[in-house]
Amino acid sequence: MNSVAFTRYELLRLVRNRRAFIFSLIFPLILFLVIGTSAKGDAYGVPYKEYYMVAMIAFGATMAVLSGGARIATDRAAGWMRALRLTPLSVGAYLRAKMASGLFLALISVVLISAAGLATGVRMGWGPWLETVALVVVGLLPLGLVGITLGHLGTPESMGPIVGGLSALLSMLGGSWFPLSGTLESVGKLLPTYWITRAGPLAIQGHAWPGTAWVVVVAWTAGAAVLAAWAYRRSEGRR
Amino acid sequence: MTTPTHVANPDTVEMRGVSRRFGDIPAVRGTDLTIPAGQTVALLGPNGAGKSTMIDILLGLTRPDAGTVRVFGHVPSEAIRRGWVGAMLQSGTPLHDLSVREYLTMLAGLYPHPLSVERAMDIAGVAALADRRTQRLSGGESQRVRCAAAVICDPRLLVLDEPTVAMDVESRRAFWDAMRAFAAQGRTVLFATHYLEEADAFADRVVLMARGRVVADGPATQIKARVGGRTLRFTLPPGRDADVASLPGVTAVTRHGDALTATCADSDAAVRALVARVPEARDIEISGARLEDAFIELTTNEEVPA
Repeated sequence: MNSVAFTRYELLRLVRNRRAFIFSLIFPLILFLVIGTSAKGDAYGVPYKEYYMVAMIAFGATMAVLSGGARIATDRAAGWMRALRLTPLSVGAYLRAKMASGLFLALISVVLISAAGLATGVRMGWGPWLETVALVVVGLLPLGLVGITLGHLGTPESMGPIVGGLSALLSMLGGSWFPLSGTLESVGKLLPTYWITRAGPLAIQGHAWPGTAWVVVVAWTAGAAVLAAWAYRRSEGRR
Repeated sequence: MTTPTHVANPDTVEMRGVSRRFGDIPAVRGTDLTIPAGQTVALLGPNGAGKSTMIDILLGLTRPDAGTVRVFGHVPSEAIRRGWVGAMLQSGTPLHDLSVREYLTMLAGLYPHPLSVERAMDIAGVAALADRRTQRLSGGESQRVRCAAAVICDPRLLVLDEPTVAMDVESRRAFWDAMRAFAAQGRTVLFATHYLEEADAFADRVVLMARGRVVADGPATQIKARVGGRTLRFTLPPGRDADVASLPGVTAVTRHGDALTATCADSDAAVRALVARVPEARDIEISGARLEDAFIELTTNEEVPA
C-alpha cells in the first residue's frame, strides 16, 4: 500500500522530467507519419501501414521501458539506495515503481501512435488492437528488467547514449525499423522486440503468438531477471 | 499504537561484540554499545575511529562480520519497517524533481505513523523551502531537508551521523536547539561527532571511540575532564623532567629534544607551580588539548595488531 504512494510520486517525477523522454515519444510518431503512411505494399502479410504502426509502437515502448529502469542511475547517484534502506519501502517495491513508470511511458507511446494510425486510416478493430497491446506489455517485461540492469551499472550521464543505442539495436534487429527476412529474420526471432512487432500483424490475421514467441519472452525474462539481480548485488551488495 | 514485543528489555540499542573489517582495515573491533530508552548519547571520536561504521551497523546498512545488533529488541531492518528509527546520514541528497513538501509527503506515506509534513518542516526549519525543488537546494538547505526526512517517521530512536558538519555557527545552534526540543519528548538520540563541545553541550552521555573500540564511556563532564585538559609546552634542558611530572595538576610529561610537553588536569595550578619551582622553563605556551592528541594518549598503551 505504501508502494502505491511511492509510485504516484515516481510518476510525478517522470512527468516533471519531460526533456528526458519527449524524444522517445515524438521520434517514433514522426517516423510513422513520414514512412508508415507513404510506403506501399505488404509486410508480414498485412498492409505496410498496419505493420509499421505496431513496429513504431514497439520501438517507442522499448525506449520507454529501458529508460524507466535507467532512471535508477539518477537515484543511485543521489545516494538514494542507502536512504531507501532507512525506509519501510522494500527494494522490490522500489524496482516495481520504476517498471511501472517505464510502462506508463510505453502506454503513452501506444496511445499516441495508435491515434495517429486511426487518423491516417489504419483500421485494426478493437479485438486485434487490444490483443496487440496486451502482447506488447508482456513482451516489454524482459526489456524493463534489462533497463533495471542498466540503471545499476551506469551513471546518469551514460544512460542517454546507452538506452538510445540499445533501443535502436534491439528494434532494428527485431524488425521494427524494416521487415526482416532470411538469416536476419531467424536471428530476429530470438529477440522480444521481434515478437512485439509481429504481435500486430499476427493479431490482424487472427493468429495468436506462436509457442516460439512465448519461449523467447519467458527465456529473456528469466535471463534478464538474473542479470538485474546480479547488477543490483554488484552495486548495492558490498555492505 | 505499536509497542515493542520485547518489553522485558527496555534498552533501545543493544550491540554486542560487533566487528567489521574493510579489506585489511579493521573499522570496528569487538565493540559493545547499550543505550537505554530516553538517553541522548554522543559517539565521539576522530575521523577513522569507527563511528560511521558503528552507526551503519546499528541501522543495518552494513553487516557486521561478528556480533549482534538489536534495536528495540528487533533486527535493525524490522525496527525501521515499523517506523521506530529515523536517521540522518552524511551522504545522500533528496530525490530530484519533487518539491521539498512533496518529497517529505512521499516519505511520510511510507511510514505507519508519521508526523505531519508541516511539523517535520518546522522542526528542521525548512518551512520556507516547502515549494523549492530539491535539486535547487544549497548544501546546508539540503542537509536540513534530510533532517526533516529523519524526523518524519516520528522516531523513537533518532540517529545523526555528524549532522552539523556543513553548518555555520548559527545554523548549528538552531539545529541543536531543535534537536533538544525534539529529544525532550522521551526520544532516544544517538549522534556522532568529532566536536567535544557539541558532545558536551547536548549529550547526557559520551561514548568515546578510537581505532574501532570504545575507549571511554560516561557522563559528558567526566569525559571532558579526561580528554579536554590543557597542555603546557615549554623549553627546558633535560634533567628536571621528574620534577615537572610531580607538579600539582600535571598528569603526564613527554620530551622532544629541549621541548617538554606537560599534559594537565588543572593547567592553572600547574603553570603557577612551574613558574615557582622550575624557573628555568622558558617560552611557556598553554593550549587546549586537541581531541586527536587525547585519543592518541588514551590508546598509546594499546598494542596495534596488523
